[in-house]
Amino acid sequence: MEQVLNQNVIDAVDLKHKKHIRILIITGFVFLVYLIGSILHFDLPNLAKKWNKDRASMFMLDIYAHKDHIKMNWKDPQKIDLRFEGGHRHVYKDDPTWLIRNKNNQSTIVNFDNGGQFVFFPNRVEMRNFPNINEPFIFKLNKNGKPYVDGYVGKESMLPSWMRATENKVEVRPSLYERLQVYGSKVEVHRYELGWKYFWFDFDSPLVGKGFFDAISLMFNEDRVDPKISNFNLVVNEFLENEIWHHNTVLFAMVETLLMAILGTLIASMVGLPLAFLAAYNVTPLSSIRFFLRRLFDMLRGIDMLIWSLIFLRAFGPGLFTGIFAIAFTDTGTLGKLMSEAIENTDKKDKEGIQSTGANKVLQHRFGIIPQILPIFISQSLYYLESNTRAAVIIGAMGAGGIGLHFLGALMTGNDFENVAYMAILVLVAVMCIDTMSAKLRRLLIGIEDKK
Amino acid sequence: MYSDNILGFETIEKNLKAMAFKRLIYSFISILAILFLLSSGLTIAEENNAGSFQRGLSKFFDYPVDLFKEAFESGWRWYAYVFKYLPDLISTINMAFFSTLFGAIFALLLSLFASKNLIKNQYIVTLSRRTMDILRSFPELVIAMIFLYLMGKSELPAVIAIVIHTAGALGKLFSEAIENADNKPIEGLQSCGASWWQRVRFAVIPQVVPLFISYTLLRLEINVRASTILGFVGAGGIGEALSAVIQFRYGDEIIAIMFLLVITIISLDYFSRFLRGRLIGDNK
Repeated sequence: MEQVLNQNVIDAVDLKHKKHIRILIITGFVFLVYLIGSILHFDLPNLAKKWNKDRASMFMLDIYAHKDHIKMNWKDPQKIDLRFEGGHRHVYKDDPTWLIRNKNNQSTIVNFDNGGQFVFFPNRVEMRNFPNINEPFIFKLNKNGKPYVDGYVGKESMLPSWMRATENKVEVRPSLYERLQVYGSKVEVHRYELGWKYFWFDFDSPLVGKGFFDAISLMFNEDRVDPKISNFNLVVNEFLENEIWHHNTVLFAMVETLLMAILGTLIASMVGLPLAFLAAYNVTPLSSIRFFLRRLFDMLRGIDMLIWSLIFLRAFGPGLFTGIFAIAFTDTGTLGKLMSEAIENTDKKDKEGIQSTGANKVLQHRFGIIPQILPIFISQSLYYLESNTRAAVIIGAMGAGGIGLHFLGALMTGNDFENVAYMAILVLVAVMCIDTMSAKLRRLLIGIEDKK
Repeated sequence: MYSDNILGFETIEKNLKAMAFKRLIYSFISILAILFLLSSGLTIAEENNAGSFQRGLSKFFDYPVDLFKEAFESGWRWYAYVFKYLPDLISTINMAFFSTLFGAIFALLLSLFASKNLIKNQYIVTLSRRTMDILRSFPELVIAMIFLYLMGKSELPAVIAIVIHTAGALGKLFSEAIENADNKPIEGLQSCGASWWQRVRFAVIPQVVPLFISYTLLRLEINVRASTILGFVGAGGIGEALSAVIQFRYGDEIIAIMFLLVITIISLDYFSRFLRGRLIGDNK
């Protein structure tokens, strides 16, 4: 008897197991089909093809290197134009050490760190001594004023792969760090060097060339660089008013974004908590108020932060208020809903204990409910502060201002990638700081390891 | 035990009062700090905002009212707009769904290496945790903008950005779920000589799968919002449609799109809460 029963149980379990496996296989198959279909739909296999290699390499190069532009007009070969990053206001007054002017044969030599040279002559440009390139290439202009590579006229396909000759332009790029462009009217050389030059102090600053530690030591030096103001002020001013890196604007924009996140979350939690009490059934007996508040939370939460920011953008214009209110409105809904659920889940006994002492309603809530929900409230608020720091960057880019907008602006210009990288790093650091701080604060205030 | 009696009530009361006083001071300081932050922040906001707070407040309802008026005037045509933008909405949801799925797979792989109870090598755990921290820290928009610039306008950059962020965010939650899993089944299997993979398969996965699915559903909700926003900067879908109609100032169509978005987000919210309730077993 027992044997038979056991067999039945085994069969039943077996059947259930088989059914389970079948469901698992079918679900797995559906997901697999969906994954493959979507991979094709989103064109993932062509990722490499879509990838704009030139842009990507320029982007990467610009992030860790800077360049100097050296320009010569064919009409006036003696006048060599030297600019940092080709900027309008960043013209070198003195020749750098890598530029040598030879008065005897009217030539100008641009030296590179790998030993290579571009030499400008009044009627030609020569390329010399580059490693692994044995042939000395010479670039000239023909009678019609078009550039050509000497010895390769009509044989353009024989040129090495790093050189490209078209009718109006010859472009030479032996490696990423050297670039020569020969046009009918001018010759331009880009000379790349590693690092963020002028990050601390810009081109025209009296402190140019000073590093971070030099600047710190200068701050506390008695001898004034500028007799009018103290060294401390000078260093701070010159740093903030850096025209290439715009520390002033960028840092202020970062503060703006952080303010948006912090104030938005603060307002949301300060408004959300009282409303949550009113929306909880064990606090508010009136079901109409509860229903109204529940729907209000749903509405605030359901209208996305994006839509809120668009509405506020019209009312307040681009600026902090738009960001603060977009965050505050959305999160009042979220926090209100979360907290009202937390209040409803509190243990009744605490409140009843307080009630039995004859305390009034307010005191019952103060000592019966708040101690129970405070840890949840604090940890949720801090959690939303973290996610709002990221959200504030995003809202900023949608038009509310702050670092998001500057980031978008720098990316759109298409050549200030070092600024893009700078801002991305700044955002990363700020977000990580807020994350760590909120984790610490949570541990400090609640005293237990957070599980969120 | 006895020491309590030895201390005496007066000492206990004194200690209690001292503690209460300390708490009061701390609360007072934190309230002051919050008030200071609020007032100074709002002052900075008022000084740097394009328009003033009061003028903005009075204009707050202008824009929504205008939009609704226009939508009302367009009459029956408005319903056609709702259907017109339905394909865009579906493409946005699909984008979010796919990136959530893909991100969850990456998160799963990462989280296995970031759990102390599965990997004994401290360096691997720390390394994968830091990786997830970095993946998580960039806002999606920052990654998406860079990839949009490098790859041209399409949905792919947005997908990549969301996948990266999702992998980091879900990976952290997953690894915490794994670490909080009961250790006894793992030890039980280990005692009968189960391999690493067998321990993961039969002791860890059954414990954490409901949690994983619930976290992934929550993330899906967040990612639908994110992919709308990324559409706004050029990744296609309903976000791009919204940005276009906002530029053309078609009030009725703006309302139609906003309506679609709000309905989607609310229904997704209810749906995922329902599913999560079923999975974890407590219907709240």
